[in-house]
Amino acid sequence: MIGFLIQRVLQALMVVIAMSIIVFLGVYAIGNPIDVMIDPASDQALREALIQRYGFDRPLFEQYFIFMNNMLHGDLGESFIYRLPVLNLILSRLPATLELALTAMLIATCLGIPLGLWAGYKPDSLSAKAIMGFSVLGFSVPSFWVGLLLIMVFAVELGWLPSGGRGPTTEVLGMNLSITSLEGWSHILLPALNLALFKLGLLIRLTRAGTVEVMSSDYVRFARAQGLSEGRVVGLHVLKNISIPIVTVFGLELGSTLAFAVVTETVFNWPGMGKLIIDSITVLDRPVMVAYLILVVFLFVMINLVVDLIYGQLDPRIRVKAAS
Amino acid sequence: MSETVLRVNNLQTQFQTRAGVLKAVDGVSFEVGRGRILGLVGESGSGKSVTGYSILGLIEPPGKIAGGEVLLNGKDITRLKGDAMRQVRGAQIAMVFQDPMMTLNPVLKIGTQMIAAVRAHARVSRKAARAKARNALAKVGIPSPEERLEAYPHQLSGGMRQRVAIAIALLHSPAVIIADEPTTALDVSIQGQILAEVRRLADETGTAFVWVTHDLAVVSSLADDICVMYAGRVVESGPAADVIASPRHPYTAGLLASVPAEHEPGTKLPQVPGSTPSLANLPQGCAFAPRCAKAGPACTTTPPVQHFEDGRTALCHYPIEPISCQPLSLTSTTYRSAS
Repeated sequence: MIGFLIQRVLQALMVVIAMSIIVFLGVYAIGNPIDVMIDPASDQALREALIQRYGFDRPLFEQYFIFMNNMLHGDLGESFIYRLPVLNLILSRLPATLELALTAMLIATCLGIPLGLWAGYKPDSLSAKAIMGFSVLGFSVPSFWVGLLLIMVFAVELGWLPSGGRGPTTEVLGMNLSITSLEGWSHILLPALNLALFKLGLLIRLTRAGTVEVMSSDYVRFARAQGLSEGRVVGLHVLKNISIPIVTVFGLELGSTLAFAVVTETVFNWPGMGKLIIDSITVLDRPVMVAYLILVVFLFVMINLVVDLIYGQLDPRIRVKAAS
Repeated sequence: MSETVLRVNNLQTQFQTRAGVLKAVDGVSFEVGRGRILGLVGESGSGKSVTGYSILGLIEPPGKIAGGEVLLNGKDITRLKGDAMRQVRGAQIAMVFQDPMMTLNPVLKIGTQMIAAVRAHARVSRKAARAKARNALAKVGIPSPEERLEAYPHQLSGGMRQRVAIAIALLHSPAVIIADEPTTALDVSIQGQILAEVRRLADETGTAFVWVTHDLAVVSSLADDICVMYAGRVVESGPAADVIASPRHPYTAGLLASVPAEHEPGTKLPQVPGSTPSLANLPQGCAFAPRCAKAGPACTTTPPVQHFEDGRTALCHYPIEPISCQPLSLTSTTYRSAS
């Protein structure tokens, strides 16, 4: 177990290093940010001074090593625009994205797994077909359009819910959260629904496919021959067997939701990390882009590590051979 | 014969398909006594497994039981619905399946699966259920049962897994166990052990077995009685030793002739010509007639059930005359009880 963990952490480290190089090179290729930062009317001396200050006159590898060295010291640089340490900037936006993503995943899971189970349990029923039709819509309709539609219906026409923003937040464990108040919930509901829709469709289809397969297996037949009730057959046999693909996709989707909730955050004007990265890209705020992408890589690596560990708990056949 | 626990009367199981109604089981009747083992023999597609599933009410749409009765201790269980049938399954009639690699859930511990099976029919504590599971494992000859309860199926050999499946079937001391080719996937020595174990259990517990198989060698060494099925019908039945010594139906004779045990090595093995007919396209009258050397003009009409001495039957216009030579044996071992 310990050996497995060390191996995975080393792998993760390699991925982070490789990604840091790719990201650094990619951003470097975009061009010189100085021209965006300074007044076009400023003179050459000021320009030179700035270039020197940020180290853009040094060779590429030197710039990279300086960057990496700073990163290892917890310094991801300073935003050109906000004039703030990048790490603080990103972390200040993290709670908003975190609560949005988790709420969306919660909605998708709590609805998707039961609906998928039902659709797989009674695949020929009318309700199952309706659920499957809905799931196709869920992941084929573009999310920005659904977002706009939700705003149109619930915010503009019906006026039940606010059209955007975060509403009031309270500080919990050093994070500003809006899910602590009812008004906060009214703000988070629409964007979370919007974000959940794609995942909901995906989870329904995944759960259904697994359920259909497991229901026709010999061990379900054997369980029925033992006189197990249908509730036990589904609750004990089916749920445990379909959980592996679900955990995989859940992990991947959680990662991508945290990292790329960009569209929804933009449509609902949600002040999360996605909105920050989009704003930074438009103004070529290099440190923010680089730090954000590396943070995303780190996030994915961590989630995958956790998913791998859960696998072992779910399926004894892929449990890591412990030194027993 | 001992008291009858299971009587199947004119059972009809049909599957509604695009090609029409398939009569997978077409008027099958047999009975099994307490502690007896009935061998239900036939080739693939003869309807023997469907018969087993029908008895347990495990036929799924588009299949359905279209007629007949399954009398368990005199009570027709084909009319039971939902929870009433669930209470019969596993408690009064249990089933063991063909492939022990597939019948146990790979991600659940043996103990978890057995406790679920115990608690499906008995309102007992987890601890009591566990004790019952442990005893059942010990009863089928599994060493250190307590440790096996903590094992996952992939940690056991095929033979062990099949013993676990049989132990699960035995949990509630059912009147009948339907065994659907349970030793087919095992190698011969393990098969021998399991057969001996089953024979012992039948004698000791009084549980009756319906042993579905295509393997005549297994049947000849294990079963008390035989039903030979062809295209959804029972074509011959009777005491196992008699049927094997002197088959009355040409199909049974053909099957017996194709068992390698009796033949000189190097000589060509006789086989039943042709192959099993498609259920969608059965010939008129006797379904076996196109493959039968003895077929005559009468075979285009449905053959009558002919009754012979010792309660033997054959579904044939031209049954084979009994032969009175040495009873032949297909294997050197026999698991049949001495009685």
